[in-house]
Amino acid sequence: MEEFIQQLINGLAVGGIYALIALGYTMVYGVLKLINFAHGDLFTLGAYFGLTLLITMGIGDMVPGPLGIIIVAGMVMALVAIMGYLLERVAYRPLRNSDRLAAVVSALGASIFFQNAIMLVYGSDAQVYNLNVSAAEYSLPVAGINISASSIIMIGTSLLLMWGLYWFINRTRTGMAIRAVANDQAAAKLMGIDVNKIIALVFMIGPALGGVAGLTVGLCYGKIDYNMGWTYGLKAFTAAILGGIGNIPGAMLGGILLGVVESLGEAYISGAWKNAISFFVLILILLFRPTGLLGERVADKL
Amino acid sequence: MLLEIKNLHVSYGSVEVLHGINMQVEEGEVITVLGANGAGKTTTLLTISGLLKSTKGEILFEGKPIHTIPSHEIVRLGIIQVPEGRRVFAPLTVLENLYLGAFTSTDKAKDEATLEWVFDLFPRLLERKEQLSGTLSGGEQQMLAIGRALMGRPRLLILDEPSLGLSPILVKAIFNTLKSISKTGVTVVLVEQNARAALKFASRGYVLELGRIIMSDEAAALLANPDVQHSYLGGKK
Ligand SMILES: Nc1ncnc2c1ncn2[C@@H]1O[C@H](COP(=O)(O)OP(=O)(O)O)[C@@H](O)[C@H]1O
Ligand SMILES: [Mg+2]
Repeated sequence: MEEFIQQLINGLAVGGIYALIALGYTMVYGVLKLINFAHGDLFTLGAYFGLTLLITMGIGDMVPGPLGIIIVAGMVMALVAIMGYLLERVAYRPLRNSDRLAAVVSALGASIFFQNAIMLVYGSDAQVYNLNVSAAEYSLPVAGINISASSIIMIGTSLLLMWGLYWFINRTRTGMAIRAVANDQAAAKLMGIDVNKIIALVFMIGPALGGVAGLTVGLCYGKIDYNMGWTYGLKAFTAAILGGIGNIPGAMLGGILLGVVESLGEAYISGAWKNAISFFVLILILLFRPTGLLGERVADKL
Repeated sequence: MLLEIKNLHVSYGSVEVLHGINMQVEEGEVITVLGANGAGKTTTLLTISGLLKSTKGEILFEGKPIHTIPSHEIVRLGIIQVPEGRRVFAPLTVLENLYLGAFTSTDKAKDEATLEWVFDLFPRLLERKEQLSGTLSGGEQQMLAIGRALMGRPRLLILDEPSLGLSPILVKAIFNTLKSISKTGVTVVLVEQNARAALKFASRGYVLELGRIIMSDEAAALLANPDVQHSYLGGKK
């Protein structure tokens, strides 16, 4: 039982990371019906920006305690958001009215560009988050079970950001405009919404969340490499599909579910089959719900 | 002059569908545009709102060109359209749809007053304000589309076939509402299948055929015109 709960917590932790990344895929798909294949690399960028700010520049040590890390997280979000904004302006907007395939090629090009830029600056070897205090060394006993500090950080970060996003999308005027643009761009224009601005904003929010996810992975797992966006990106993309692409709560649910399935599958079935198990679950769910768990509410069809 | 369209040409790809349209709308007027399916009515309205771009000609609002500015800025001028097919935001609630109609507004108190007025005009919307608008009936969706446009406090209200697919009772209700909106001083441009009702409501009308204006006159004169009666009012020649 203790082992099960331990695995469940690990699953929730990594699932929260998947969910944060998945939100970027799903939000961009929501407004543009386009898969941003470079999104995984923005996650990687977040990890590397975090490395530079936190370790190389030591910004986290200038302010003691968690506040330093929170400041760095804010900076990482801002920097990766700027990257997302530039990505949209350079790689997607000029192709907005052309063939779908052109945008896909552009996305793959952007992905290769980011990976090569990271390799050029940081080298192709894995980098280590060399912190004075390592999250992995600490744990908190809760009801007889040791919960690692990294799990707490991962779960806490993802819950906080997902709550923030949910609030923003559902309770603010701009959030309402994002939903309107996702539903009907032409009608949104007739409301006086600047659709280009909303799309740019979505390309900043998604990457900001993905960037923090990258930083969190660096902090909690300690090691990062230029290629990490590929594996995480694929998992998060799977999560977005699982929850119903375009659907924000779907991406959250899909990410967490995928993390838990993966973690339990690894522990109880086979570690080597971890990835196969997640994709098996994806296929199984899509067989019964082709639009994903929360995809396409009934109201959309009327 | 509130709105003036001069020699407007609009194309879809390489196919031109509007071949030099001219229209004038005075402040406070109700104008109707008649025309068979495919004549170019929707294209004209979408071009006014900036969703389509003209290849030639100009559109002036209070003497200033608007065919060169993006749609969201056109809306800010008070040019508000109820599009063909309602286009309510189905996954959003009725109330959210209405607030989106006031997206460009910065005066919250005025928005609340407008909302109250919209609920007076359409009590059904008040009853269903928390409902997802995709689950409304066709008639309710049309009320929502009109109410949403009113939330933008239009100076020029453009409506593209607002009575399409509605029962005769609802059509009558919609026209009555439009009349009371017009009485508040809002200028109206109306495209309607129901030409008789439209001409009775409007002060002037234009007849559009294959992308050209072939007739324009006082509404009463158009009602009495045998050609109009034959083509659009179901009368004999
Ligand atoms: N999106 C489009 N692409 C190509 N042609 C179009 C499009 N929309 C309308 N048309 C064509 O333009 C002409 C005018 O259409 P429209 O303005 O919708 O007419 P109406 O509203 O009077 O029925 C028609 O011949 C129609 O086929
Ligand atoms: Mg039409």
